[in-house]
Amino acid sequence: MTPLDVASRVRDPELPVLTLADLGVLRDVVVRDGRVVVTITPTYSGCPAVQEMGADLRRTLRAAGYEDVEVRLSLSPAWTTDWISDDGRRKLAEAGIAPPSRIGPLAAGPVPLNLVPPSRRVACPRCGSLRTTELSRFGSTACKALRRCADCAEPFEHIKEI
Amino acid sequence: MSFDNAYESLIDHEDTHWAFGTGFSEALPGVDREVPSTVDAPDLFAYCLMLGDDALVLSQRLAEWCSRAPELEEDVALANIALDLLGQARLLLTRAGEVEGAGRDEDALAYLRDEREFRNVHLAEIECGPLAGGDFATTMARLLVFSSWKIAQYSRLRTFDDPVVAAVAAKGLKELAYHRDHAAQWVVRLGDGTPESHERMRAGVRRVWPYLDELFTAHAVELRLGVDSAAFRAEVDGVLDAVFAAARLERPEPVPAARVNGRAGRDGVHTEAMGYLLAEMQHVHRSLPGATW
Repeated sequence: MTPLDVASRVRDPELPVLTLADLGVLRDVVVRDGRVVVTITPTYSGCPAVQEMGADLRRTLRAAGYEDVEVRLSLSPAWTTDWISDDGRRKLAEAGIAPPSRIGPLAAGPVPLNLVPPSRRVACPRCGSLRTTELSRFGSTACKALRRCADCAEPFEHIKEI
Repeated sequence: MSFDNAYESLIDHEDTHWAFGTGFSEALPGVDREVPSTVDAPDLFAYCLMLGDDALVLSQRLAEWCSRAPELEEDVALANIALDLLGQARLLLTRAGEVEGAGRDEDALAYLRDEREFRNVHLAEIECGPLAGGDFATTMARLLVFSSWKIAQYSRLRTFDDPVVAAVAAKGLKELAYHRDHAAQWVVRLGDGTPESHERMRAGVRRVWPYLDELFTAHAVELRLGVDSAAFRAEVDGVLDAVFAAARLERPEPVPAARVNGRAGRDGVHTEAMGYLLAEMQHVHRSLPGATW
């Protein structure tokens, strides 16, 4: 397997249904002078899993025979949920986590102020209903919000758009 | 190998842990570390401390709410917001240490500096609850003012000459937008709520108001780097007015910033609350130097 194949199989420590490639965190894998250089971009500034992602990548590549591995962090451009692949979105929904909607590039000009939570049509990952409401903008990890479905009454997590 | 369960990876097989301790010394592995020729290195060091300390100190204050918030969702929300700010602080303090070039990492800067060496604004350090100085409404008033001001600041820093500061600002901006919305929605809910909640929200705004002026008083370092915080005022005023109108709150009269011989947080002159905050934040690291877990 090529280093890219190997790195693409490493899973996210906090959302193990996804690979780092699905999540859009894995940005680049190149070989320079025999050294595998992997570039990742953190999801949130305070994401505590970044260190573990780097360790997982090094460990997995070494196990596949690539001894010389460097993991680089790229801060710019900033990660966005738009980088989560279609495959990743499907896997999230199958795991009961509503995927984010696509938001496009950040608009120029002032950051808009939302005095009421923006109404997003988020489908319940269990029954598909669109009658869902946000319970809390902040969930079990930095990237998730908590919602509830009015039809099947189940609470569920939603990867919030950023 | 990957793990089926995230916790398995904590039983580690090499020297990198994602909990506190080792491995935290490299918040910026592989990021271009060169100081741009257009920027004076001592000024950039000082400015990274200012930005990093704002984020670190407010993060510490917000973390004090953990297990004390009015509802479980707020425990989680405030901890999440604190974590975002801590992440920004780690990158900025690491950058400060690199630019200084004296071998200080983020831990040395966070835990081994004394009060006079911290460069955060007073708004970040004052007590706004849960223990003293206010309540949840006061904390939301502070978060609204702080994040509105930071958004104005980070928006301009996206094109800053130093690529690390510019990247942290571009990333942090998206996080701060969530923080400000959260605070603004609470200010409206409490201000436009019951007579009791309205009164407490009003008191919260009045508590933080005397610390507003400092936010728009540029330090000489900021001016030399071309970031004039006085220019943020109109944008921040516009946001606060929109929130106060929806919350049926009146904007208090301006209060001149309290300064000592013209100096304040950016010069290392702090309020009484700062020493207590640092004592709690630094105590373990100083009692057990080099301890990891």
